[in-house]
Amino acid sequence: MNLQKLKVYFLLFRITFSVSAFTFGGGYIAIPMMRKYFVNNLELISEQDLMDMAAIAQSTPGAIAVNIAVLVGYRIAGLTGAIISCVGTILPPIVIISLVSLFYQAFRDNRIISVILKGMEAGVAATIVDLVIDMGQTILREKNFLLTLMPPLVFIANFVFDIHVLVIIPTCAVLCVIQTYIKSRRGGTFD
Amino acid sequence: MSRHVLMLFIVFLQIGLFSIGGGYAIIPLIQEQVVSAYNWLTIQEYTDIITISQMTPGPLVVNTASFVGMRLAGVPGAIAATMGSILSGTFFSIALYKFFKKYKNIDSVANVLKGLRASSVGLIASAASTIILIVVVGASSLDVRNFTLNIGAVILFSVSLFLLRKYKLNPILVMVLTGIAGLIMY
Repeated sequence: MNLQKLKVYFLLFRITFSVSAFTFGGGYIAIPMMRKYFVNNLELISEQDLMDMAAIAQSTPGAIAVNIAVLVGYRIAGLTGAIISCVGTILPPIVIISLVSLFYQAFRDNRIISVILKGMEAGVAATIVDLVIDMGQTILREKNFLLTLMPPLVFIANFVFDIHVLVIIPTCAVLCVIQTYIKSRRGGTFD
Repeated sequence: MSRHVLMLFIVFLQIGLFSIGGGYAIIPLIQEQVVSAYNWLTIQEYTDIITISQMTPGPLVVNTASFVGMRLAGVPGAIAATMGSILSGTFFSIALYKFFKKYKNIDSVANVLKGLRASSVGLIASAASTIILIVVVGASSLDVRNFTLNIGAVILFSVSLFLLRKYKLNPILVMVLTGIAGLIMY
């Protein structure tokens, strides 16, 4: 094993560990955090690639934060990378919860922790909105009518009408296949 | 190593397999298994672990798995339950990712991925809106009769978003700063 590889492994572990230690307020916050490090700072993966990973992490079972970390690790350093990212991501919650389980009543009723969390909720909301704006712009750049329509419609279906992800994702996939079919019959290409 | 450890692994493997959609959607599913089917936790303990899960980092399913595993079989139990809860998700994610990369030259496959991307933006927006509601009015759904606007939270949200967009602040730094702000404000 050469030094370069070890460096990448260590980097993956360090970042997934610290991202996971700050994944307050649901798994979605992990996506903008991963983007900050792996897309913007290190430029190890592209914005498009991260969007693919985010889409896949949501379309498959399990925790989104874990799925996306594993995909990032896999993309950068193969199966070993995936395992390292996975361990880095689940270690903070396992350690913290194991400690908390010993005296959880005191923790649950702690006022200081609850006010810190109340403040953090605003930060979580802002970080995810920031991500949605950037991702939305990327979708618009495709200049495809169906794709442009999809985010707002999915939003309304999920947020307003509470339609389950398991219905939404296959529907979107089928619509895209139909669009490809129609366009290919017209003789044009998709893009 | 006991039968408990293996049971924990198997039960959380099932929970992981069926927890699509993440977050609050899977609370009843985990409750069904952990409280009703196996009596590993009382309903009060389960409600507590949901609360604690929101206070600590990490996905709900991983937190619950660690908590239940720890109580039933100590550290090996926590590890077994957590591994069970994430195994199927990570397996399917990598498989799907490999599939899309392999067949990206086929039009319909590439376009399905584009569609998933677009729908994922909508889903993320939906998750963001739920959090905004919790932050701004303190409820996860809009109830006009009971509308109390939290001005402080609105300002904190706006300032955070401004800093993120204008100065590309690190999200972890934003979390730390808003946490401190919460400590001062409330």
